[in-house]
This record gives sequence, C-alpha cells and structure tokens, in this order.
Amino acid sequence: MGIYDVITGNDAVAWGARLSRVEVIAAYPITPQTTIVEKLAEWVDKGEINARYIAVESEHSAMSAAMGASAAGARAFTATSSQGFLYMFEMISWAAGARTPIVMAVVNRALGPPWNIWSEHTDALMARDTGWIQFWASNNQEALDSIIQAYRVAEDKRVILPAMVMLGGFVLSHTAMPVKIHDQNKVDQYLPPYNPPHYVLNPKLSEPFAYGNILFPWDYVKVRLSIQKAMENSIDVIKRAAREFEEIFGIWHGDLIKEAYTDNAEMLIFALGAVAEQAEATAESLRKNGYKVGVVKVRITRPFPKQEIAKLANKVSHIIVIDRDISFGWDGILAGEIKATLHEYKVDTPVTTKIMGIGGDDILPSHIEKAVKEIYSK
Amino acid sequence: MSGNTNNHLILPISKPTKGAGGKTGSWRVFRPVIIEKKCIKCMMCWMYCPEAAIEVHSRSEVPKINYDYCKGCLVCKEVCPVNAIVSERESE
Repeated sequence: MGIYDVITGNDAVAWGARLSRVEVIAAYPITPQTTIVEKLAEWVDKGEINARYIAVESEHSAMSAAMGASAAGARAFTATSSQGFLYMFEMISWAAGARTPIVMAVVNRALGPPWNIWSEHTDALMARDTGWIQFWASNNQEALDSIIQAYRVAEDKRVILPAMVMLGGFVLSHTAMPVKIHDQNKVDQYLPPYNPPHYVLNPKLSEPFAYGNILFPWDYVKVRLSIQKAMENSIDVIKRAAREFEEIFGIWHGDLIKEAYTDNAEMLIFALGAVAEQAEATAESLRKNGYKVGVVKVRITRPFPKQEIAKLANKVSHIIVIDRDISFGWDGILAGEIKATLHEYKVDTPVTTKIMGIGGDDILPSHIEKAVKEIYSK
Repeated sequence: MSGNTNNHLILPISKPTKGAGGKTGSWRVFRPVIIEKKCIKCMMCWMYCPEAAIEVHSRSEVPKINYDYCKGCLVCKEVCPVNAIVSERESE
C-alpha cells in the first residue's frame, strides 16, 4: 500500500534512490550539495540500504566514480546543483558517451556571480546537448517517482543513456509536502535489477579492455550517431515507462508532457517543473473567470517532445512560454526550443516568451495572470 | 570499435593486442642500441620502457629491443646505470 509522509523534495529524491535499490552513491558532500545525499549517507550508515557510499573531493570526481561504478555493472546515483553541476560538466558529457545509465538528481539553482542559491533552471538546461535524458519534476511526489522511472528508462536496452531528474531549488527541494512512499515490492516489480546489455568493465567478470580510446572521424561519427538513435528510441520507452507506472502505482505524472485544461483552450502556457505546477493552479482560476487557458508541463526536455508540442500548439491561437532561465543573446531556453519545433512542424501560432523568477524571484499567480491578460487585451 | 546489431549502441571498445596502433617503430628518429658486453641485466630498461618494446626472456640474457614498436624515446638510455645503451640516428 505504501505510506504517506510529509517530506521535502530532497528527501523525496532520496526515497526514490532508496526504493530503486541504488548500489553506489558517489557525492561531494559540501555546498552546493543538498540534503539528498545526507539522507542517503544516514541510511547507508544505519545499514538500512545496501549501498556503497563514496564521499569524493569534487563533483567532477563524483561523476567519475558514478561512471566507474556503472561501467562495472552497478546501479549508480549522484546528486548536485548549480556550480557543482558546472564543475562536473566534463564528466557529464563522458557519462553519456560511456553509455553509463547513471541517474542524477539536479536541484536547479542559479549560477554566479552574483552569488545566489535560489531556484533557476539555467544550470541543467546548459546540459541539454550532452546526451542525457532530462526529467523535470513539478512536485515532490513526481521527484520521487521520476527517479524510479528514470532508472527504468536509462537502463532499457534500447536506450542505455544516463538520465537527470530536475527539481526546483527550495521551491521543491526544501519545501515539505505530502508524498506517497511506495511499497518496495511494487518498485521491484516495476524496476528489475540493472543488467548491462553492452559491456561490464570489471576484471572479475570480463577480459581486460579499454573504453573510449581515440577514434578517427569516420568511426567517431558512428558512435555519436548511436547516441542520437538511443535518444530517438527513448521516446517510446519513456511513454511506456509512464503508462506502466500508472498501472502499478496509480499515479500519472504525464509522459513526455502533461496536459492540464487543454480541452478547447485558446491559449497554452508551456513551462518546466514547479513553474508549470504554479501555472496549472493559475489556469484553474483563470478558467473560472472565462479565460480559456491550458497548461503544458514539459516533463522531458531531452528527447524533446516535438511532435506532442506541435500537435497541441496547432490547436490554439497563442502560446506563452514561461522560462525560469535565459540564454543570453538569444531567448528563454524552453521558448527557443518550442519556436524551433513549431517551425519544423510548420505551425505558425505566435509564441510569447516570459522570463520570470530568475535567481529565485517569486513567480506568483498574479504574474502569470498578467501575462495572459496582456495577450487577451490585444 | 565494436557494436551489436542495434545501431543505437555502437561502442568504442579496444582490447589489448600487440601493436594495436600499427608498427610505431617507423616514428623513431634515434635508435637505442644495447652494448651487450656492458649490460649487467638489471632490467631497468625493461621496467621503464613506456611501450613495453623491450623483451626479456630470462634473467641470464641481455634484453632485446623490439624495433617494430620502439618509438625511440630513449628513456632506456637515460635509466641505464652503466651506460650500456647508446643512440644512433636512423638513416633514411
């Protein structure tokens, strides 16, 4: 049956990792780390989970250790945030190329300078070209559940890519809300042990070999194209993972996207994570006042749900994209991706970017209402 | 490079084989030569050779340099404690 508890997003992620029976946790334990790894360390120390905990000297090493563990056949987990994420960046790219299906929680926090610890999405969006699958959790339940789903997708033999699960800094990470902690038996049924289909870099199990040696361009292209192919395969895998999750646990977070109030909508708001949750609540009240507004939570940014977004965009007369991030000299990052998608699918619905909540600035319902009403009044 | 039938999983895996990168002896500018009379069979050259291009079959024999793979870095000459290794410029 599972139990309900009131926990923070950080604890929800830790529970997701625990229920996924992670075998190796590698983490740098100091700022900008969160209590995700503290909770896991506590459980390892008490012997409540059977995992090896490696406290490393940097995030770069955390990802390196996670890669080593995954390459040796273990289910590996790590977590980081903002500056630590950037310090890890070289190894983030390597983990995808090494085809190590690690799951990492990324607590989205603003980058410096100026020094800032609050919520912003720019950190993880910088990594959209690395070959990682990207999940965005919009509430603490989804944070827990997305960790489990992320392992299911990452370890699928048609995919074999790492996945990151994002949760908004403080808005989710340090905010407590009711979360259902599932039965271990049910999670075991949903997520079988990791069984590497490609290689096991482990002297006890395999002949010696090296991974990732230099390749000439004509062979390098084949390896990199195979990552693109795996990303394409992951679309169906994510959809199936979400459907089966609903069948077993009775919870639907959406698959690549989640729609709310999209029936007969004239306008759609697109957003990521907790921002989308806020937009959903605002749309509910806007609907009561006669504004036909729907919300699309973009749950996955890689692979990007192009087909799903184009189909929805084609039915409405205006789109607002709320970006808690910015690509300097370009646009909101999500808005840019959506505009490119609409061009590819020949959809000419106008798109308005609203960059809000930079550096943890509050995104209030009134801000979202104002954005909607501005367009209605034109 | 090895892969399976699924083109979504093409892997850059290399297995240890002799001279996987080709015969690197052609890179050599200077050739190390062991003066057999002077050699004390201490194995320092064998231990330090970064390419494992020095072969030792028994402790009673003078080591042999495999010129198919020796790149001519001359580390062996540097570490030899009795100056039993000299270098000669390769001819064209």
